[in-house]
Amino acid sequence: MQRKLMTITAGVSALFVASTTFAKTAEEVLTSGSTPEEQGLAIAKEADIRDEGYGDSTVNLVMTLRNASGNESTRKLRTQTLEILDTALGDKSLNVFDEPRDVKGTGFLTFSKILDPDDQWMYLPALKRVKRISSKNKSGPFMGSEFALEDISSQEVNKYTYKYLRTEPCPTDTSLNCFVSERYPAYKYSGYTKQVGWIDTNEFRLHQTEFYDRKGDLLKTLKQLDYKQYLNQYWRADKFEMVNHQTGKSTSLSYDNYKFRVGLKDGDFTKANLKRQR
Amino acid sequence: MKKQLIAFSTALTTLSSAYAVELSGSVGIEGRAFLNRHQFDGQKNGSGFSATINPEFFHEFKNGKDSIAFEPFLRLDPQDSDREHVDVRELKWLHVADDWELSAGVDKVFWGVTESNHLVDIINQTDAVESPDQEDKLGQPMIQYGMFKDWGTVRAFVMPYFRERTYVSSEGRLRGGVPVDTDNAVYESGLEERHPDFALRYEHTFGDWDVGVAHFSGTSREARLVADTNAGGQNVLIPHYDLIDQTSVDVQLTTESVLWKLEAFSRSGQGERFTAAVGGLEYTFYGVMDSTTDVGFLAEYHLDDRSTSKAPGTIFDDDIFFATRIAWNDVDDSELLAGILFDREEKNRSFSVEYEQRIGNNWEVTAEGRFFAGFGGAGDVALTDEDYLQLTLTRYF
Repeated sequence: MQRKLMTITAGVSALFVASTTFAKTAEEVLTSGSTPEEQGLAIAKEADIRDEGYGDSTVNLVMTLRNASGNESTRKLRTQTLEILDTALGDKSLNVFDEPRDVKGTGFLTFSKILDPDDQWMYLPALKRVKRISSKNKSGPFMGSEFALEDISSQEVNKYTYKYLRTEPCPTDTSLNCFVSERYPAYKYSGYTKQVGWIDTNEFRLHQTEFYDRKGDLLKTLKQLDYKQYLNQYWRADKFEMVNHQTGKSTSLSYDNYKFRVGLKDGDFTKANLKRQR
Repeated sequence: MKKQLIAFSTALTTLSSAYAVELSGSVGIEGRAFLNRHQFDGQKNGSGFSATINPEFFHEFKNGKDSIAFEPFLRLDPQDSDREHVDVRELKWLHVADDWELSAGVDKVFWGVTESNHLVDIINQTDAVESPDQEDKLGQPMIQYGMFKDWGTVRAFVMPYFRERTYVSSEGRLRGGVPVDTDNAVYESGLEERHPDFALRYEHTFGDWDVGVAHFSGTSREARLVADTNAGGQNVLIPHYDLIDQTSVDVQLTTESVLWKLEAFSRSGQGERFTAAVGGLEYTFYGVMDSTTDVGFLAEYHLDDRSTSKAPGTIFDDDIFFATRIAWNDVDDSELLAGILFDREEKNRSFSVEYEQRIGNNWEVTAEGRFFAGFGGAGDVALTDEDYLQLTLTRYF
């Protein structure tokens, strides 16, 4: 993602920036590109710029897995994220599991990259061992769920190429209009040939994504619901619902207690801090 | 000691909600079945059940910088009075600052990158009675200081008290012909278990490389087992704990599909200075045959040129290890690990298979089989007829 180096440190400056000065309108975004590919890219860039500057965040997450017969299984974890302003890198994140109890204290430290595999370390509390793992495979199920690692990693503009298709009412909220674009993963080991995304024309939030597998068949649909705004600028969905059309299984993510700019630094995203997590 | 520890842990459990102490941990039942009769006098058959209780208590102070953790461990084992034991795995106060941390108490520290033998993992003593895989450790009393800089992490350890290795009694299976007499260990240091041991470690990540360099000075965690007779005139092995200096390195290179690993050390104090190393790789096929199953392959090679008379015995002197790991990535995190270790010269082989999965939300089942062949030579452990199957059911809370 093309991030500009920002020297903003306080929430006040960010509030000033929000929505009026830098943000483009839907019309400006569409007219800034002359081909569907350029328009798709412009939409993705605007969505990315709208989310810039959040600094850091923490949130609690409940993941509910459902199989085709309706049986449910739950995972609980806590996530810390640090926004990285270097244009060549993605965000840093620290995820620690609370449930199921046999994986309590298991943690993942991730330094996201754009087109390369992420740097990732795993902490195994029973052995008190930090193990660096290969993250080439981002398309396998995360903790047995219908979400792949590449589905929940930080969404960076340069991870895809785009093509704008049309504008229509948003499928999850017909009071809004959505840009519909195709995007093609640039990561060579991606599990998908293409995705189709619905981004609303008001606030450039992603409402629905369709995932197409390596054979080109529709595999999953993700809906992002119950958006709330934080710090007068940043939108986060409280609910993610992923349905796998081929297996009938589904997974919901429920986010709770979002906090921003809590003061996280690089020193919180280290192997040493990964070992301290409980 | 056992009664006090149980009483203290029970009290802490009942008080935990009142004092904002987080309680977690597990209880487990383990069933073992040995496939052959025991070989030596005094041994029991060994097949039967044992139980473990392993709670964890944690309290973080309101300043967010200080915390206390306590983890006692108990195994009840009717088959072997020395396998039945209690330990404090952790009892430590930790203070975290911006770029340093300090902890004091009993703790566990893991160093290393390889799978078949944790060669450089020297800080904690091995709780050898727990499993032949030697992965379980006894708590180590220590003061640890860690310093975190852009150029790396440096940790210093002061260990004021030595823990002796646990060994099965004469009743126990998985031992050699001569039992170890754990009541009469001999120390090179006149201060015996109170000899202060020191260690220093530097580690850093350089791109795809994770590197660690360390030095240890103090009482060897490995014991030299020396033949002797006890007061009753029976043959026993006496553990001798020598003073050593050991410098070690551990490196992992993480590429897209392969993890390359190496651990090595150079040690003095047990005969001539000697070196030991283990190196290998881990390759994983992700999503085989369009499924969500991952299949991994591991291969590691061990070398050790220590004196066979002046240094503690080791089985890892010229050995090859192959293993495969299958992860189904399903809701129950089912996983299978199968491995074989064989000595190129002595021709002895150990084969193990382990399957584990979660049941429901709170239970885990592990099925394990270990098989040994070719261990006929004179040595401190004769394992050929010690094949066994094991089923463990664990409840987490």
